[in-house]
Amino acid sequence: MTGVWLNRIWHAVLWIPVVFFSHPLLAKNLYGDSNLNLPVGVTHMSREVYSLHMIIFWICVVIAVVVFGVMFWSLIRYRKSKGAKAAHFHENTLVEILWTAIPLVILVVMAIPATATLQKIYDTSEAEMDVMITGYQWRWHYEYLGQDVSFFSNLATPPEQIDGREQKGENYLLEVDQPLVLPVDTKVRLLLTSNDVIHSWWVPQLAVKKDAIPGFVNENWTRIDEPGIYRGQCTELCGRLHGFMPVTVKAVSKEDYQIWLAEQKQQAVEKAAGNEREWTLPDLMAQGETVYNTYCAACHMVNGQGIPPAFPALAGSPLTTKAEGRATHIELVLYGKAGTAMAAFGSTLSAADLAAVITYERNAFGNNTGDVVQPAEIKQQLKPTE
Amino acid sequence: MTSNSYSSAEGHIHEPPLRGIKRWLLTTNHKEIGSLYLIFSLVMFFIGGTMALVIRAELFQPGLQLVQPEFFNQMTTMHGLIMVFGAVMPAFVGLANWMVPLQIGAPDMALPRLNNFSFWLLPLAFSLLLSSLFMEGGGPNFGWTFYAPLSTTYAPPSTNFFILSIHLAGISSILGAINIIATILNMRTPAMKLMDMPLFVWTWLITAFLLLAVMPVLAGVVTMMLLDINFGTSFFNAAGGGDPVLFQHLFWFFGHPEVYIMILPAFGIASMIVPTFARKRLFGYRSMVYATASIAILSFVVWAHHMFTVGLPLAAQLFFMYATMLIAVPTGVKVFNWVATLFHGSISFEVPMLFTLAFIVQFTIGGLSGVMLAIVPADYQYHDTYFVVAHFHYVLVPGAVFAIIAGVYYWLPKWTGFYPDETLGRWHFWLSVIGVNLTFFPMHFSGLAGMPRRIPDYALQFADFNLLSSLGGFLFGMSQLLLIWVVVRCVRGGKPAPDKAWEGAEGLEWQVPSPAPLHTFSTPPEFIPERDSPGRA
Repeated sequence: MTGVWLNRIWHAVLWIPVVFFSHPLLAKNLYGDSNLNLPVGVTHMSREVYSLHMIIFWICVVIAVVVFGVMFWSLIRYRKSKGAKAAHFHENTLVEILWTAIPLVILVVMAIPATATLQKIYDTSEAEMDVMITGYQWRWHYEYLGQDVSFFSNLATPPEQIDGREQKGENYLLEVDQPLVLPVDTKVRLLLTSNDVIHSWWVPQLAVKKDAIPGFVNENWTRIDEPGIYRGQCTELCGRLHGFMPVTVKAVSKEDYQIWLAEQKQQAVEKAAGNEREWTLPDLMAQGETVYNTYCAACHMVNGQGIPPAFPALAGSPLTTKAEGRATHIELVLYGKAGTAMAAFGSTLSAADLAAVITYERNAFGNNTGDVVQPAEIKQQLKPTE
Repeated sequence: MTSNSYSSAEGHIHEPPLRGIKRWLLTTNHKEIGSLYLIFSLVMFFIGGTMALVIRAELFQPGLQLVQPEFFNQMTTMHGLIMVFGAVMPAFVGLANWMVPLQIGAPDMALPRLNNFSFWLLPLAFSLLLSSLFMEGGGPNFGWTFYAPLSTTYAPPSTNFFILSIHLAGISSILGAINIIATILNMRTPAMKLMDMPLFVWTWLITAFLLLAVMPVLAGVVTMMLLDINFGTSFFNAAGGGDPVLFQHLFWFFGHPEVYIMILPAFGIASMIVPTFARKRLFGYRSMVYATASIAILSFVVWAHHMFTVGLPLAAQLFFMYATMLIAVPTGVKVFNWVATLFHGSISFEVPMLFTLAFIVQFTIGGLSGVMLAIVPADYQYHDTYFVVAHFHYVLVPGAVFAIIAGVYYWLPKWTGFYPDETLGRWHFWLSVIGVNLTFFPMHFSGLAGMPRRIPDYALQFADFNLLSSLGGFLFGMSQLLLIWVVVRCVRGGKPAPDKAWEGAEGLEWQVPSPAPLHTFSTPPEFIPERDSPGRA
């Protein structure tokens, strides 16, 4: 009985700020496009979080108005310059009990809905599909568990926009080469971990933020109501390019999702075939340039000059230009270098991509060795670890 | 009777004072060491502030213009470390050195040589820290919270120097805390009971216990980092079976009490200044003391509210949410007490009072956004965004720093014998208030709109707010040059101050001459508790 009653009051209280703030006219006049507030979002949970946020916000505003009201009124009313004489009271048990008890009650009022919402957020059961999200410096990897579909999602904003040589696009720094595609009206369980340092995966429109921590698998979930593109960012400082690893989620209808999934599986097959065949030098160079600019240029720079001493130059280095360096060069790309920022790409990239990027590094930036590294050689190298 | 017997009657045989650098290197006088702390803190405030301006200049508009991301990360990291450990904490220790012995009627700190040592560790620690910026691979770039494994496996080689400097600063803090506790507990003038102590003394006593409790934890956590980096242990390395989240638990077990270390003495200063300029006894002295103690105790059980997104179990999230919300109660009591002190007072608005009133309002704004951050589901949206940056800067800059500046204006007449220039002080105040709010208020909005913290470049929809913050940042930074001007002028001269520099002031510090001579209270003074003082009848 009391539960129903409380629930009704609660919804009434909840409703006022929601109506007030989400009214399109008001929202438009008050804020325009300037985003003065949290987004309401596109999931049930995001709307609940938004309501909670507005309720606490208004409670805080009321408290501030009352406290500052009394304070400023006292400051004006009891000015010495207007002849105010100080009173002598310095305690009042009743008042002191009241201003301890009333805040306590307000806090309990805040804590009840917060607890209810939090319990829902923690309920990851009965998910219809699972996506494994792995943070890398500085990109996200998405794996559709049980579907043999996985890919990296990299920043797609060109460096020319970042350093001001080109006009910045509408989704500057919030665009990726391949977004996470999810079906609407489906409970998706998100499993999060990291390959290196701690990252945090955040999409404001979904009200999902969870850390991706090496050695841990965290859980969260979402169920998106409307198709659309929802953008967020990494929110845990993860090194140099922390500001450059966006999260983009593309929500599509269930049918479109199935079509997309089939395409992805087809592409995976084609990609696997690429690992089996012989490539020509121009093909390797073309593919290698794409891979290099996505995975290597962040540290070794587009022109291969690096940022010594942390990130060595690849242009003119003995490692990339001399025949004796070839084996070490391949080994470094595949297994990384312990104690440095050089990551291991052996398990990240396909054999064809690895062959292409190593070939590219040995021929671009004026290195011109004429060396060709084939996928077969990479597969040979990788064998012992498999 | 010779002149010799006069000085022994004073209880001291004075050696001729040392001259030049030796006087400052070897001084054991609490007033001189207090001044050293304050000057050091001011220097660090400007170094850390310059770094903040580098950050604000880069964020003035979208795109990478002035600095590269690696240097930007070094700036955010160093700005935080220097402001926390180099500016705010030493400023409070400096005020404690000057004022605690004067307020309790003690001739000096209990352990004067230790006092000298704990000060001189600081310049050493911070030169070491700053020098790391010039080392190969750059300085610390992992944020002032230095989360592992970014600060261990992936850190620049200079991290070892960072660890050593944190150790040195930590030792300095621990020794300083021991000294303050020993002084307050043993050297009060006999008539002064604990519940008669001025609130600045009370808040510092409690702060000192917090320091003693948590600085060793910080020392422990940086030592574990040192072992992970150099000796192959895996405390925080998942690949070796370690636990990166353990780092955060340890860090915030230190870190949360640390934020109260930076605010409790500010409460003390406000509780001295408000009654003086309201000419009315502090409302609820006892509840102020109990509230301070409650905040200190609660500060040990709220640390995981910094970690709501790391994936703690539901029960832990709820516990830390409730405990955090509870802190609002004693904190509220303090604000209500200040307001009740103002109520029915006889209020005047000298510069120290202006800064204190601004402190109360702005700290309360920071406190209220703190309540919002405590609500876990909402925190998922705020966590690690500019909303958090706005929150903690509101409690630290318009909060703690304003209280420190208020304290400086309040006690400058006692230190120098002259009043600080009232007109310049007012200019300093108004420019600071406008600058600081212009800097930090828009950050609430950039955070809600979705801007993560610690990024050197941002999406276009955050541009307007960042522009405002940057303009405000430069205004606030530049107006602090006025503070230096005011202090330098005040040291050189001005309107002479009597012993009791402010009409409504109470307490032992106002019974000694202005400027306070090098040695005061060689014999314990008479003491009348404020409640029996004729001035506050």
